[in-house]
Amino acid sequence: MNCQEVVRQLSEYLDGELEADLIQSLEQHLSQCHDCRIIVDTTRKTIEIFCNSESLPLPAPVHERLMKALAAKFSKPL
Amino acid sequence: MPTHLESEGALVRQAQAGDHEAFTTLVRQYERHIYRLALNITKDPTDAEDVLQESFLKAYSNLKNFQGDSRFYTWLVRIAVNEALMKLRKRRSAPALVALDEAISDGEDQEIRRDLADWGDNPEQRYGKVELRDILASAIESLELPYRMVVMLRDIEELSTEETAAALGISVPAVKSRLLRARLMLRN
Repeated sequence: MNCQEVVRQLSEYLDGELEADLIQSLEQHLSQCHDCRIIVDTTRKTIEIFCNSESLPLPAPVHERLMKALAAKFSKPL
Repeated sequence: MPTHLESEGALVRQAQAGDHEAFTTLVRQYERHIYRLALNITKDPTDAEDVLQESFLKAYSNLKNFQGDSRFYTWLVRIAVNEALMKLRKRRSAPALVALDEAISDGEDQEIRRDLADWGDNPEQRYGKVELRDILASAIESLELPYRMVVMLRDIEELSTEETAAALGISVPAVKSRLLRARLMLRN
């Protein structure tokens, strides 16, 4: 596997969706290519940051208006 | 992260049987996720609130049609994505919206740039939590809509590739292709 192919497979590799033979080929390349190791590592960290991001609580007035809209909906027959 | 499947399933069944409290519990669990998604797509708090309300109201009205083929949350996200996109289309001043199912020029023969920005220090050590969240939000906002939505659904809302494809009405290969490009853009 060359560097361009590593980049093409990168997303699926990090998601654990790559086939075993491709994983082997990719990791063999990584063992010899410092540049690709940087790309894999920094992309992995990027995904980890996103996955660990917590969503802010809903602003209270937005939540209140939502509950009011739902209450109005509940009171009508479907 | 949305609730455990078992408890979600039980709540949905109760809601379908007419239990308003059960539906309200589902709303409380997912409201901030749906609002975040809507805000990310529309980039306007007023529109995002409209999308939030419309999504849950539609979900309630169509509860009887939810068969359980997917997670309730995935079904809800699909509703919210449609509502948000309709909102964008209605804006008179909006630039031409790239249809999500239009092919983005990500053909196999296009070289994907390999930018070798090494981060050095771990960014979580360099920046505080709030700073990191702001940097993250800004980075995602800078992406074009098709890429932004894939990252939102796949990496932030943690839908599977197949669920993301279903929610956006695009193919699984298209999700994978856009996700790769988005992640490479974001790492810079």
